[in-house]
Amino acid sequence: MSTYFTKDHEWLKVEGDVATVGITDFAQNQLGDVVYVELPENGKSVSQDDEVAVVESVKAASEVYAPVDGEIVEGNELLVDEPAKVNEEAEGAAWFFKIKLGNASQLEGLMSEADYKAFVETL
Amino acid sequence: MTMNTQGRPTRSGEASEPMPHQTFTGNRALDMEEPLIFEIGHMDNCGVDLDEPENFTPRLGNHMRSEVVDLPALSEPETMRHYVRLSRNNYAIDAGLYPLGSCTMKHNPRLNEKMARLPGFADIHPLQPISTVPGAFELISELADWLMELTGTNAVAMSPKAGAHGEQCGMMAIKHAIAAKGEERSIVLVPESAHGTNPATAALVGYKVVSIPAREDGTVSVDAVIEKIEAHEGQVAALMLTNPNTCGLFEPEVIEIAKAIHDAGGYFYCDGANFNAIVGKAKPGDLGIDAMHINLHKTFSTPHGGGGPGSGPVVLSDRLAPYAPLPFIRKNGEELEVVETTDQLKGGEQPFGRMTAFFGQMGMYVRALSYMLSHGSDGLKQASEDAVLNANYVRVGLQDLMTLPFGENPCMHEVLFDDSFLKDTGVSTLDFAKAMIDEGYHPMTMYFPLVVSGAMLIEPTESESRASLDLFVATMRDLVMSAKAGKKERFEGAPFLAPRRRLDETAAARKPVLKWVAPEPTKVAPELA
Amino acid sequence: MRYLPLSDNDRADMLARIGVESIDELFADIPEAVRLEELTTLPRRKTELQVERQLGAMANKNVSAGSLPFFVGAGAYKHHVPATVDHLIQRSEFLTSYTPYQPEITQGTLQALFEFQTQVANLTGMEVANASMYDGSTGTAEAVLMAHRVTRKKKAVLSGGLHPQYREVVEGVSAKLPGASVVALPADPTGTEDILAQIDDETSCVVVQSPSFYGQLIDLKPIAEKAHAHKALLIAVFTEVVSLGLLESPGAQGADIVVGEGQSIGNPLTFGGPYVGLFATRQKYIRNMPGRLCGETVDAEGKRGFVLTLSTREQHIRRDKATSNICTNSGLCSLAFTIHMTMLGGNGLARLARVNHMNAVALADALAAIDGVEVLNSAFFNEFTIRTPKNAHDVIEALAEKGVLGGVPVCRLDKSGGDLDNLIVVASTEVNTDEDRAAYAQALKEVLA
Repeated sequence: MSTYFTKDHEWLKVEGDVATVGITDFAQNQLGDVVYVELPENGKSVSQDDEVAVVESVKAASEVYAPVDGEIVEGNELLVDEPAKVNEEAEGAAWFFKIKLGNASQLEGLMSEADYKAFVETL
Repeated sequence: MTMNTQGRPTRSGEASEPMPHQTFTGNRALDMEEPLIFEIGHMDNCGVDLDEPENFTPRLGNHMRSEVVDLPALSEPETMRHYVRLSRNNYAIDAGLYPLGSCTMKHNPRLNEKMARLPGFADIHPLQPISTVPGAFELISELADWLMELTGTNAVAMSPKAGAHGEQCGMMAIKHAIAAKGEERSIVLVPESAHGTNPATAALVGYKVVSIPAREDGTVSVDAVIEKIEAHEGQVAALMLTNPNTCGLFEPEVIEIAKAIHDAGGYFYCDGANFNAIVGKAKPGDLGIDAMHINLHKTFSTPHGGGGPGSGPVVLSDRLAPYAPLPFIRKNGEELEVVETTDQLKGGEQPFGRMTAFFGQMGMYVRALSYMLSHGSDGLKQASEDAVLNANYVRVGLQDLMTLPFGENPCMHEVLFDDSFLKDTGVSTLDFAKAMIDEGYHPMTMYFPLVVSGAMLIEPTESESRASLDLFVATMRDLVMSAKAGKKERFEGAPFLAPRRRLDETAAARKPVLKWVAPEPTKVAPELA
Repeated sequence: MRYLPLSDNDRADMLARIGVESIDELFADIPEAVRLEELTTLPRRKTELQVERQLGAMANKNVSAGSLPFFVGAGAYKHHVPATVDHLIQRSEFLTSYTPYQPEITQGTLQALFEFQTQVANLTGMEVANASMYDGSTGTAEAVLMAHRVTRKKKAVLSGGLHPQYREVVEGVSAKLPGASVVALPADPTGTEDILAQIDDETSCVVVQSPSFYGQLIDLKPIAEKAHAHKALLIAVFTEVVSLGLLESPGAQGADIVVGEGQSIGNPLTFGGPYVGLFATRQKYIRNMPGRLCGETVDAEGKRGFVLTLSTREQHIRRDKATSNICTNSGLCSLAFTIHMTMLGGNGLARLARVNHMNAVALADALAAIDGVEVLNSAFFNEFTIRTPKNAHDVIEALAEKGVLGGVPVCRLDKSGGDLDNLIVVASTEVNTDEDRAAYAQALKEVLA
């Protein structure tokens, strides 16, 4: 299992041909108290950089983009009832959706954890 | 003499410690807790007397409801007390300085209220025969004349209901004008410093928004505009620019910017939210605008009413005038002709549609015209000058202690500070603003515009006396010095003295409770039932 | 100038303090070529008395509704408003307060909004209501846009009973959106159109007004069922909110969005504005709802309080992704509504509605008794449509000359011609007396003779 990051502050954990996607701890910290999460429909085909989910805090609303092409296979229903989980466990239990990879080669264009940390330092 | 030793003591007595107990009612003298009407109302009595019809033989088909609407009532004295108590929990211009930048909280003359309530204005119907309301159209026409004269334009669409609605009207006229030329354009340029309504309106009308960065001095450069125009050649429909801008600065290159957008075949939409700074000092039409909405509730003093109603007439350049929406008044010499439907159109008139039923915000028109007539040309100019003078007076009173993001230059009607003076104090812009509440002031506009960090935008308006400004400046200086002296306790968790402490907005948004619901009846244990 | 506190001495001292020679130095950024010296074409300041005289003279040229038998409706209604309402909305703390963005010092406005939202939700039979829209017509256009967002479809079907100017507002707004379409059915005075046939899988929403523009009561249930079968929303519209006191609520009939004009409660006619748009929907759609929302919460000491909430939908945060560009509600008009509604309560509203209805029934009977006059509606509330043998516009003008304002000729708003040219929409509320009705019947008889 390997983990990747994007410039849009998303993380992916890849197991086989399915990636679990969420937002980073840095992102949840910037957003403040998360109050609402809108998840994509199961079975939806998406392309890299499509807007697929929405995360809202009291003061901001942000789109979550598809980090790779693929098909949405599951949304994390836990977040619908408990959006606060995003603040508590952004990089764990508060994942947003699972996506079946459509083009695994896109993973090569993403960042490693070390790269992402360096990227965040520059912000 | 006879000695009267009876009666109450009249000395105040020794000052004691702050009150040692909670009150039974939760009230604090004049500061009273008030339940919701649903908690104190009743179903068996009400505040309006009305005789039942003698015979009730309905002709409602099968559409009658089976139960009355679930809404309790209050008698008249209860109603009066309920809302008077609620009102006392509100800050208001009539009670104190309201320095909300870009919102223009100026005095609302009561003459305007009196005029709007004349039966000849308040008790007329928008669809009664036109022949029975000549004075209504005369008033609309006269207000339109004032707006056109003050802005240097020849057309105005009166009907938009508020500023954002006016923006929508102006942008729809632009879209229609472009279509009439047989063109399609997809992009609207909006500076980063713009009001949020600008990009929202552009998107609503179907445009893609491209953002223009601000210069270091807070203004927009013609070069940045040209760069975006060239990057999207032939696609730019319009530029939306606020002038004076949201940093309180007049855009020095506005004429060149107007020319650039016109040369590219686009239109110049000006957000007129800050027109109050330049009324009588310059005409937007002379700057090259094609459309500009005027917030009658800002510049022309119609009351804000706790969030509306507003009114947003849009002046239009000759290029856009043919596309003004229905309804409008056509002037034939002194005669006014009301045009409500497309069959009444004459050569060249191509309205894009209709913004609202009827004729717009008549009640606001009366108030605005009452304000204009009262001021006259000389008073309007003086009001702009005083607004700018007051803002600069606040600026020089605070600039040594607070920080001006763009240097110590004159501002227009509002002055923008950033939060760098609070650096290392542990006090945020929000804390600072909330501490102003304890001092009896409404906070200034915060975190807007977005182009500076921790923005604090102060607009005192022309309605403040010098004494009022002096006290405000002294209060702000005292607060700044407290923050810099590390007295965080004055700020953290402020306000302490308002009817409510800080409210939990996170909880409100996570589990929205948007209406009152009767609590579950208390369960009684079976053996007691 | 009475509204400006600064004296010339103040101004001079303040300029010196600022460090400039003249006020014009503060306006130096205005390019010299466009700087104005004076507005010579406009009159100079006036005293309060002069302004009163000038505006009073204009007002006096208008025939006010209270001065004669008055039966004009069609989207705005003459009702009696208790004196208490106008007194309370003129309290400084309500009148001269801004949008309640600082909840600690605006609980008055916020609590009133929360009460308003509850009243509107209960009246319409819906789960949630917002803090109001500009008016019924713009609210209807916003409802259509909201339905497009919810359903991700873009075809709106409008009933022929919808107020013609509401229809125009909807057409104007949605026509600007790529791919959006509007199917507007022809005028339907009697409520007999086949709107069900227009609903298909492409349909985003069906917009139906009841009581219709012509006064006809419409059964919304079958329309809701057909709409839902095609994953479309039913938008129920009303222009006379008093009708909800007596009629089954749109929510109970299956509406997904209810939108209407609230002017009748608490607000004067004022020639069409400012009014107050009522807007309610189902809980599940709240994040797609336009406009401000007030919600309950607690403060740092645990006391109940109210705040504007879910503002991330709005323009000042979402900018070009906002649900709407709307940035105001109709605050003071919604306050007038909520105060008047508080004085009425459910029972008072029902009684007011019964009086309105029976006045309209009496008028309909009186007019129907005139030779050549036909009442078209089988079921109506306080408004109905009559057909006369003469052109309706001419009839209304002739009635006005006889001192009766007898309604709205349909041809003023809908120029389709034909039978519509002879139709008049007539309203009667609690303000009308037996004498008013007799005067109307007599005048109409003479005009048609």
